[in-house]
Amino acid sequence: MVIALASTVVFFAVVSVAITHAPGWPQVRSEFFNWHEFRSTFPEIAHAFRLNIKIFSIAEVFILVFALFLAVLRSLPGPVFFPLRALAIVYADLFRGIPTILVIAMLGFGAPALGLSYVPKSVIFWGIVSLVLIYSAYVSEVYRAGIESIHPSQEAAARSLGLSRWQTLRRVILPQAVRRVIPPLLNDFIGLQKDTALVGTLGAVEAFQQSQIDANATFNFTAYLAAAVLFVAMTIPLARFTDWLILRDRRRRQGGGATL
Amino acid sequence: MSNALAIEGLSKSFGRHEVLTGIDLTVAEHEVVALIGASGSGKSTLLRCINLLEPIDAGRIILGGEEITRPPNVNAVRRRIGIVFQSYNLFPHMSVLRNVTLAPCDVLGLSRGEAEQRATSLLERFGLADKRGEYPDRLSGGQQQRVAVVRALAMQPELMLFDEVTSALDPELIAEVLEVIRELAAGGMTMILATHEMGFARDIADKVCFLDGGRILEQGPPEEIFTSPREQRTQQFLQRIIEAKRL
Ligand SMILES: Nc1ncnc2c1ncn2[C@@H]1O[C@H](COP(=O)(O)OP(=O)(O)O)[C@@H](O)[C@H]1O
Ligand SMILES: [Mg+2]
Repeated sequence: MVIALASTVVFFAVVSVAITHAPGWPQVRSEFFNWHEFRSTFPEIAHAFRLNIKIFSIAEVFILVFALFLAVLRSLPGPVFFPLRALAIVYADLFRGIPTILVIAMLGFGAPALGLSYVPKSVIFWGIVSLVLIYSAYVSEVYRAGIESIHPSQEAAARSLGLSRWQTLRRVILPQAVRRVIPPLLNDFIGLQKDTALVGTLGAVEAFQQSQIDANATFNFTAYLAAAVLFVAMTIPLARFTDWLILRDRRRRQGGGATL
Repeated sequence: MSNALAIEGLSKSFGRHEVLTGIDLTVAEHEVVALIGASGSGKSTLLRCINLLEPIDAGRIILGGEEITRPPNVNAVRRRIGIVFQSYNLFPHMSVLRNVTLAPCDVLGLSRGEAEQRATSLLERFGLADKRGEYPDRLSGGQQQRVAVVRALAMQPELMLFDEVTSALDPELIAEVLEVIRELAAGGMTMILATHEMGFARDIADKVCFLDGGRILEQGPPEEIFTSPREQRTQQFLQRIIEAKRL
């Protein structure tokens, strides 16, 4: 503990001395770490950051549901369901393959440009749709891993009691699978929180877009720092919560009696 | 006496490997049939076929006079047959009570109250009343297996299948589970049990079937099979069991 603390202090001391003695440091400091700029831009960016939170919160709910639907499609057995399984596989391959920013650009600029009256014009709407489409592809894989990790004997036990395939999935398989995948699922959500910034590329004034506006207006990049601080502040609680869940899970498995 | 179960010419393969060949077996109402045989002889597969957990390649299965070989609704058949597995297979995310009430509620359409009443009286009968709120991983293997029996009984099946239900248990926990089965037999439950507990099989069974390489090589009353088996393979099998001090 003492050693860890000492080595941390020494490490940061050395690094900070190295940085602050670099020849370009005074300029970098005034352009990136300008306290005055930080104070003046932060409130505006924090205000814009509420949009990131909104995008994240809405997208998250739809992802959880849609991804579960995809995962269930993919776990359907037998040749009858092959087309649906194939569709789910193609979907996952496609949306994990295309860069997020491309999907956002294509939908965000493309969909409203169709000019159809029943197609929403809001770029925020299309930004959220893009994030849901992409993240559902990842999260469905997480769910699927969870479903496949449940031993087949659980299904046999449920079916032997007369439960239907669907009842077995809903009552026995999914509750256990979801519990197992909560940590990796939260990990994906940390990525989602950050990717809300990409919706800014469509012109929606969220924290990143606001900081860009401020930076361009003042020729000072401190605004980015303000946005970064906000993103980190949102991510840390989720990251620590995830760690805690993983730890608790491990303790429980080591402490509790073995089943199966 | 009418048959609770009749199996005619049942065959089953996994890929090219034929695991069961021409199985003929009848089980009368209230009869207790013990399946014995070496590991890999097909005992578990036969039980799983009866419960329609495995599709069969040839033959017929008749339950209570009704052919169930390829029923329109497998779930309606399975609810009439209870099975208990070697590895208990309780649902770890549910309390004991919920494990027992799940199928009566979801499959038989009982109300939660009715199902809990049924579950509670069964748990009481098998000395598990104080465990109703516990989760499976807090129970001993013997208790878990007894809960698994209760879970199957809560469906009020007309036939019970037991697949080496004591094989995963520590020796000191075997008796409590065998006691449960003994009580069921005394109560007139029709059952088929695959077992390595030869003493128990001899004690409780009305009929013993010796399975060898996927065939019923020999069947008859326990005193006949255990004391004067006709087949050499049966003699050899029993000899090995005696040497392993299990008889
Ligand atoms: N799901 C399966 N797929 C392929 N082979 C299997 C499967 N289940 C059982 N078998 C094979 O069938 C044979 C009989 O197995 P089993 O019924 O478990 O025997 P027992 O219960 O008497 O030990 C074994 O050779 C086993 O390897
Ligand atoms: Mg077996």
